[in-house]
Amino acid sequence: MTRALTVLATGPLTTVQDTGRPGQAALGIGRSGACDRASAALANRLLGNPPDAAVLEVTLGGLAVRAAADLLVVTTGARCAGAVAHDAPAPLRAGEELRLGVPTSGLRTYVGVRGGIDVPPVLGSRSTDVLAGLGPPVVAVGDVLPVGTSPLPLPGVDLAPVADPPGGEVTLPVLPGPRADWFGPSAWATLTGAAYTVTSDSNRVGLRLDGPALQRTVPGELPSEGMVRGALQVPPAGTPVLFLADHPVTGGYPVVGYVVDDAVDRCAQLRPGQLLQFRAAPG
Amino acid sequence: MRLLPSGSTALLVELDDLDDVLALYAALAGRPPVGVVDVVPAARTVLLVTDPARTTLAAVAAAVRTTAPRPDARAGGDVVELPVHYDGADLAELAGLLGTDPAELVHRHTGAEWTVAFCGFAPGFGYLTQDGGGWDVPRRPTPRTRVPPGSVALAGGFSGVYPRASPGGWQLIGRTDVAVFDLARDPAALLRPGVRVRFVPRGQSRDCGPSGGVVAAP
Repeated sequence: MTRALTVLATGPLTTVQDTGRPGQAALGIGRSGACDRASAALANRLLGNPPDAAVLEVTLGGLAVRAAADLLVVTTGARCAGAVAHDAPAPLRAGEELRLGVPTSGLRTYVGVRGGIDVPPVLGSRSTDVLAGLGPPVVAVGDVLPVGTSPLPLPGVDLAPVADPPGGEVTLPVLPGPRADWFGPSAWATLTGAAYTVTSDSNRVGLRLDGPALQRTVPGELPSEGMVRGALQVPPAGTPVLFLADHPVTGGYPVVGYVVDDAVDRCAQLRPGQLLQFRAAPG
Repeated sequence: MRLLPSGSTALLVELDDLDDVLALYAALAGRPPVGVVDVVPAARTVLLVTDPARTTLAAVAAAVRTTAPRPDARAGGDVVELPVHYDGADLAELAGLLGTDPAELVHRHTGAEWTVAFCGFAPGFGYLTQDGGGWDVPRRPTPRTRVPPGSVALAGGFSGVYPRASPGGWQLIGRTDVAVFDLARDPAALLRPGVRVRFVPRGQSRDCGPSGGVVAAP
């Protein structure tokens, strides 16, 4: 029997993701990869997959797949109603279906399968980069996603004791960015004191936020410069954009601060309407 | 050289000008410090992205400070020849804006070699600078919503080739049939930092191969 998952429903957005394409940013090719790296890595660990195996990243639930062979699956990240395999690997027998409801909290659910999603890699990765238009196509109803095999033993873990992404207000540690000095001290106080709301035009590129604008003290244009995920870039309107996995490789607006890298995974689980607060991290 | 904080995993090195960027990038890209996964040149900066499991920002900063720039690197890159139809939508207007005529603008564009300084905006989009410089081209007041793939364009002190259809605000002076970004080719990106480019008016290309675009050793 062919090891594969047949896609019956996708929810708002399902993509294939792995650890991305590091090492090619100098060619204008961003890293991309799973938005919540820790949750994707957990899925692979629980299944005994290599760390770079590809998983499905499901945005706001709604995915349904049918196994074409006996498979072992797990979901991590945002917990969805109907997912019996959350943080705990479970068999999905040939012909059985996995149907994800809407998560109670959090935004992105990772569906891992032992052996990994085995679509052809593009430039060394199976990640879909929605900004660059690189990688496998967005997952669509009717797709038959091939599943590979893993050379590693099963870890024999029944359940990972991981807290679900929080539904309420989230506090995120920030460090000053390369252009913090383009803003006055009061802007930093505003950034680390006020609350911001995640807006609905957020995506894998970044979170657009609602909240107090940050005033610049240095006018003029910034020549484009490189950035990584977690960057808080400030366009002329003054409200920061928090960049996630598919951020542009370079940008021409000043970066006032950076969310500490480990905490960017939590940003990837924030839903539109959710409140967040930035707090200065111990430098 | 100024080292600027860029979060918990990256370091931004700010330099005086593009020549310094090219020289430092050439040295770092050739021998990246341990634990550096990406070296990203831009107009005035080089970003070093680290794997925090393998190094610290302090160690990378120390390595950057002791790296000897390679100002000689500009002369050593591969050479790419790009045949261009100089029939861009903005050619005549831009020539007027620069106080010249289309023929003279094309002559200047093709007359001296360009070097890919850095990439960005889209996969395989290179920012090219001409040896000798002298270009100062304003962007279009209103960006186009769709620039056709292969468009050869100018803005600021740079020339570039749009790898695929995209929005864009640069002045379009022509188009090339060469795919500057092609996933079926290795490497996919033709215009990598350090690569030297010669634009040739279509019809005068000396030895354009079947795939277009000639990559020759200098």
